[in-house]
Amino acid sequence: MNEEKNVLSILVDNQPGVLSRIVGLFSGRGYNIESLCVAETAEAGISRITMVTKANKPVVEQIKKQLHKLINVMKVNDLTDTKYVQRELALIKVNAKPEHRAEILRIVDIFRCSVVDVGPDHYTLEVTGTEDKLAALCGLLKPIGIKEVVRTGNIAMCREVQ
Amino acid sequence: MELTGAQILMKALKEEGVDTIFGYPGGAAIDIYDELSRTDIRHILVRHEQGAVHAADSYARAGGKVGVCLVTSGPGATNTVTGIASANMDSIPIVVITGQVPSHLIGNDAFQEVDIVGITRPCTKHNYLVKNIEDLARTVKEAFYIAQTGRPGPVLIDIPKNIQTAKTLYNRQKPVALKSYRPTYDPNMKQLSKVIGLVMASERPVVFAGGGVILSKGSAELTEFAQRAQIPVTCSLMGLGAFPGTDPLWLGMPGMHGTYRANMSIGESDLIIAAGVRFDDRVTGKIETFAPKAKIVHIDIDPSSIHKNVQVAVPVVGDCKKSLGLLNHLLDKKNLKDIPGKRAAWLDQIRQWKETTPLAYHQKDTIKPQHVVKTLYELTKGEAIITTEVGQNQMWAAQYYHFDRPNHFITSGGLGVMGFGLPAAIGAQVACPDKLVIDIAGDGSIQMNIQEMATAVQYNLPVKIVILNNGYLGMVRQWQELFYDKCYSCTDMSHAPDFVKLAEAFGAVGLRATHPDEVIPVLTEGLASPQTVIMEFIVEREEGVYPMVPAGASITEMLLV
Ligand SMILES: Cc1ncc(C[n+]2csc(CCOP(=O)(O)OP(=O)(O)O)c2C)c(N)n1
Ligand SMILES: [Mg+2]
Repeated sequence: MNEEKNVLSILVDNQPGVLSRIVGLFSGRGYNIESLCVAETAEAGISRITMVTKANKPVVEQIKKQLHKLINVMKVNDLTDTKYVQRELALIKVNAKPEHRAEILRIVDIFRCSVVDVGPDHYTLEVTGTEDKLAALCGLLKPIGIKEVVRTGNIAMCREVQ
Repeated sequence: MELTGAQILMKALKEEGVDTIFGYPGGAAIDIYDELSRTDIRHILVRHEQGAVHAADSYARAGGKVGVCLVTSGPGATNTVTGIASANMDSIPIVVITGQVPSHLIGNDAFQEVDIVGITRPCTKHNYLVKNIEDLARTVKEAFYIAQTGRPGPVLIDIPKNIQTAKTLYNRQKPVALKSYRPTYDPNMKQLSKVIGLVMASERPVVFAGGGVILSKGSAELTEFAQRAQIPVTCSLMGLGAFPGTDPLWLGMPGMHGTYRANMSIGESDLIIAAGVRFDDRVTGKIETFAPKAKIVHIDIDPSSIHKNVQVAVPVVGDCKKSLGLLNHLLDKKNLKDIPGKRAAWLDQIRQWKETTPLAYHQKDTIKPQHVVKTLYELTKGEAIITTEVGQNQMWAAQYYHFDRPNHFITSGGLGVMGFGLPAAIGAQVACPDKLVIDIAGDGSIQMNIQEMATAVQYNLPVKIVILNNGYLGMVRQWQELFYDKCYSCTDMSHAPDFVKLAEAFGAVGLRATHPDEVIPVLTEGLASPQTVIMEFIVEREEGVYPMVPAGASITEMLLV
């Protein structure tokens, strides 16, 4: 069966060890985590974990049930087949020799990134967007020379039904 | 009035109705032990912490209460892990309390510090490290609630030494309501009507029940359902006793060492109504060819059990007892007059399977282990609580002792822990002082927790240990015989202690039978004794457990005697 990327949005009661319970569940049962983002929600004591996992349909069903079985997990929302907005932030340190600076700034403009740090031979760019957008940007910067990339992993939120 | 952590723990345990603890003290639990001495809670001092957990597990099963263990930090805590993992696999409600080094030393590699919460995270239902004295009472309350609700399981509470001595006001705790944990007890009625529809239409139905039926106390509902709808019943190892083993509809256990008729029935069935089972690989064999002609109904309180190993036609999430009870209500509205006629051919087929290919062995010059179990069954009229070790002994116990009631067969089903049977017998005997409790053991397994003989003798627990001594790690040897060209690598156990003298050394009674004629006299004498007794039977060394489904084969492809 086809393995597909699935975006899970998990609400947890922010007890000590809750993250290691979730990560341990994945390693112990041989599931895979592509990316993971954790932070508090607007409600104190409750955190949201956005997780991207690659698995086939039955395995994703098991993953959701197993997550739900953890005592501190309040809600598991599978956004994969719903309408949702998704963002990721990346910091990209790129070679910036004088002859490339103008081109880099043009790309910055097109992708609506910002330059957050400048050095004698580098720019550090900050960009937010979907995975596709980040991939496209990296594709363009690659020939110029990417020194380092740091990404946050995906966060996602379902759209309000109209 | 302010109370210490240890005092609060005792109060909280009393509020949960705890009257018995299995445990072993040490530095990090000494304050709790000190307080324990001033309560009326009975403490059973085991000889190894693993024994404490198995005993608590079995106490829970035999007595229907949460089993409680108390141990110290470090090695005391790590010694509980096997027992916890076994209780977790078998969904048994126990609470394990571990002492921990003082909070300010946690993370410093302090003496006897171990991250037991980290170690047991994957093998508990839930666990806690109490960091604040104010949380202690609440944590105990939650632990007992989680252990025994939904799909039950072990919960561990790690209590640092400074929390045991810290003081605070104690308030009686309100009932637990966790926003992130709400097990589903009530099944969906629409799903249940579908089940009844399938039952009425089915020509060859089979009920497959497991430990979940016993845990939900749903045996009566199960039995009523099967008898009224005239459906033959098979039970997993964990489910033995959920349906009477002497009922004409009884098929025996399915799976790797299941009866011929149970496995064939599953193979030919057009409808399997599974309740409280998890379709373990030892039951299903090759999953692709399991019950190939059947629609499967699966009732379970744990949604993650459903569709995990087999795809089912009708999932029912809910409590087994409730679900089966509601199915019986739905049957009330049906005309069941035609049912016997409709089932006749199917039940007849099953009768034929039973006649042509029953469980069998041939008792000749040496004692057959099956003969010992069969004789034990007859002499005890099937009324004993049987615990088992693991291996061939366990399978013969399951095959040749027949259980008419739940909670009378206590075995480490999911994890298969050698060394389970003796401490389990102790736990069951503590829970049921007036019952005859017998551990059916192998010569290898019994040596794994033999030290608990001292516990049994100390507390005058008249448990009976029946050792089927084949001088081998017999189950492994059987695999080597069948699948490894009889290369008996490291399975010869003929270098064993003299079990009769060993029993006597512990202050128990030791008896031995070497000849078939001695089986009845030894059992009769041993069972009649008011003391702890080891009865050793020198049995046919290379006897095998049959039928056997080779690993990875379909369950209808059985090796027969
Ligand atoms: C703690 C543990 N270690 C190893 C095993 C693997 N194992 C399963 S059955 C068995 C042999 C048991 O021998 P014995 O107790 O003599 O029973 P028999 O099969 O001979 O009746 C072994 C080694 C196990 N189940 N548990
Ligand atoms: Mg043996």
